[in-house]
Amino acid sequence: MKLDFRHGRVEMCHGSGGRAMAQLIDELFAKLLTNDYLAQGDDAAVLPALPGRLVISTDSHVVSPLFFPGGDIGSLAVHGTVNDVAVMGARPLYLAASFILEEGFPLAELKRIVESMARAAAAANVLIVTGDTKVVEKGKGDGVFITTTGFGVARDGVTLSGNRARPGDKILLSGRIGEHGMAILSQREGLTFDAPIISDSAALGGLIEAMLDSRADLRALRDPTRGGLATTLNELARQSAVGMMLDESAIPVAPAVAAACEFLGLDPCYIANEGKLVALCGPQDADKLLDVMRQHPQGQNAAIIGEVIEDSHAFVQMTTCMGGRRILDWLSGEQLPRIC
Amino acid sequence: MKYVDEFRNGELARKLTASIAGEALNGHRYELMEFCGGHTHAISRYGLGDLLPHGVNMIHGPGCPVCVLPIGRIDLAIALALEHRVTLCSYGDCLRVPASHGLSLLKAKAQGADVRMVYSISDALQLAQKNPQQQVVFLAIGFETTTPPTAVAVKQADALGLMNFSVLCNHVLTPAAMLAILANQAGERLHGFVGPAHVSTVIGSRPYETFAFDHGKPVVIAGFEPLDVLQAILMLLRQINTGRAEVENEFTRAVTPDGNRKAQTLMDEVFELRDSFEWRGLGTIPHSALKLRQRYVRFDAETRFGLEYRTVPDNKGCECGAILRGEKRPQECKIFGTACTPDNPVGSCMVSAEGACAAHYTYGLKNRFQRRERRGAENAEKIQE
Repeated sequence: MKLDFRHGRVEMCHGSGGRAMAQLIDELFAKLLTNDYLAQGDDAAVLPALPGRLVISTDSHVVSPLFFPGGDIGSLAVHGTVNDVAVMGARPLYLAASFILEEGFPLAELKRIVESMARAAAAANVLIVTGDTKVVEKGKGDGVFITTTGFGVARDGVTLSGNRARPGDKILLSGRIGEHGMAILSQREGLTFDAPIISDSAALGGLIEAMLDSRADLRALRDPTRGGLATTLNELARQSAVGMMLDESAIPVAPAVAAACEFLGLDPCYIANEGKLVALCGPQDADKLLDVMRQHPQGQNAAIIGEVIEDSHAFVQMTTCMGGRRILDWLSGEQLPRIC
Repeated sequence: MKYVDEFRNGELARKLTASIAGEALNGHRYELMEFCGGHTHAISRYGLGDLLPHGVNMIHGPGCPVCVLPIGRIDLAIALALEHRVTLCSYGDCLRVPASHGLSLLKAKAQGADVRMVYSISDALQLAQKNPQQQVVFLAIGFETTTPPTAVAVKQADALGLMNFSVLCNHVLTPAAMLAILANQAGERLHGFVGPAHVSTVIGSRPYETFAFDHGKPVVIAGFEPLDVLQAILMLLRQINTGRAEVENEFTRAVTPDGNRKAQTLMDEVFELRDSFEWRGLGTIPHSALKLRQRYVRFDAETRFGLEYRTVPDNKGCECGAILRGEKRPQECKIFGTACTPDNPVGSCMVSAEGACAAHYTYGLKNRFQRRERRGAENAEKIQE
């Protein structure tokens, strides 16, 4: 008998290694994520030699709610990891995916999630080549947790790292911040706006390829996910032992996100993004890079938001819209519930 | 964002700061207290301190609801969650306030207590409706701004006959705290107050008249936007320079002399004055806080669970008290930025975004450097010794 994807639910046996698990893999994962490596059904995927330096990254996804405007945990699990690979100047090629399912989780929702993963992987041009499924007892998980590990190959001659920032470098941002975090939060809190806030969750490979093609003097790329723009900039500043000076009025924020943040008392600089990147670039190439970014659909709202300065304390500072100065500090504590 | 961006206009800010610089008399010191944490936050968040001329000093007041809660009150909330096993609902700010035995509500949560962050008391009310078997307590804090919603929720719970909902009431009164400030040493050197924004929408501007008329301290009620604050500072300087002491209202778009009568009636119906209440920093102040009236006492968590308040002294190194009284600046506290940071707060002023220490630490570069420099100097002295 086939799995009932309309009314069926995840049972403990789906993770026990027996026939039920094999059936779940055959009828769901292997069917939807189809590719030759996965189809072989071995314990591991044997991949061809890569033409360059191997780049690996891994990321666990525990978002709640599982479905949100603009995506779901499935697409997020693909985007989150391929972006971490891509910002190293690499082309993501393969993913390994590990699922922790909670007993009782509806198979219909699991199917939606895996379908979404399949679409996201196809759009990002990556293959999900190996995976794992475990089931935990009801009450011991939160529906679905997904861990993905991404493999990619770095472009020849490109070395990007957070430790390469130098005073004078320009700081570019690919678009409006805070959309993913606010989409999740407004869903959780039942906030409604005239135009709903949609998560920006997306694979950034295309934009990054265009940026690398421009041959601009790129030092580092990073996607400002958890902790938002502020946290990413602080990480970069610390890694390179430099300071940063931002111009608050240059940072793009969508009006709905700004309004929601205002309402909830949050700062958009600390809200998660899942389809944006920060680029540090030598000053001579910054304008050229900005043009290239703006020509790409994912970089239409790109902006130069500040520059790297000398500062042994590695403070990220900002000239406020009022003309005063302030620190843009690390996020302290927890600003939001689970979002990615 | 219409209706907000207008009050954050950099061009207008430049004009206002030029006017303030023109108004400030050379060699004269203006010690102004912004009562509210909302103003403290705006001043730090927008770097307004940088824009003020030398001699114009902003002193942070006690108007941060989380900051003025003494440890003993947080202990009560933790006892409810850990010992009485209630579902304790709180605004996010309160969760990290340090309490006795190294606990906070967040740490109690990690120990298995059912502590929930809510955005409003109505969320707590809904939770009680959905879980009739579980006692749900809302940790009600705040000045007159958050009191009317608590009154509404208590009346709703009464109408619904919700017997599993109650309120740990910590609502406090602004004018009482301002009087306490004036009775302390900082009150002497104060030249004027930037008056509360949201509180004044409820209580109106009249309750401040005593500070102007009887104590000779000008009050300018101001909104929480950065331009509001700058405009209020300018208005205060003009009053001081012309020897006036009046209550002026910069925040006319929201505040009237009489305030929100409906909200006042509601508060009066549900609450009555406590004989006295302990504040962090300000000590025990008579008639400075509210409790539920007898008619609603069954929704009072202190009564329902037989809680007994116990005074707990602040951490010895912590200067929250003096900071809340306006006697010290955050960076004058020995543990500011060292043992006490937003990640590891020792005192409540380092917790809330409205707290003076958190605002100084989070936004103020100079504050950190002053602290570092002093520490450096102290270390150098030690080495020389």
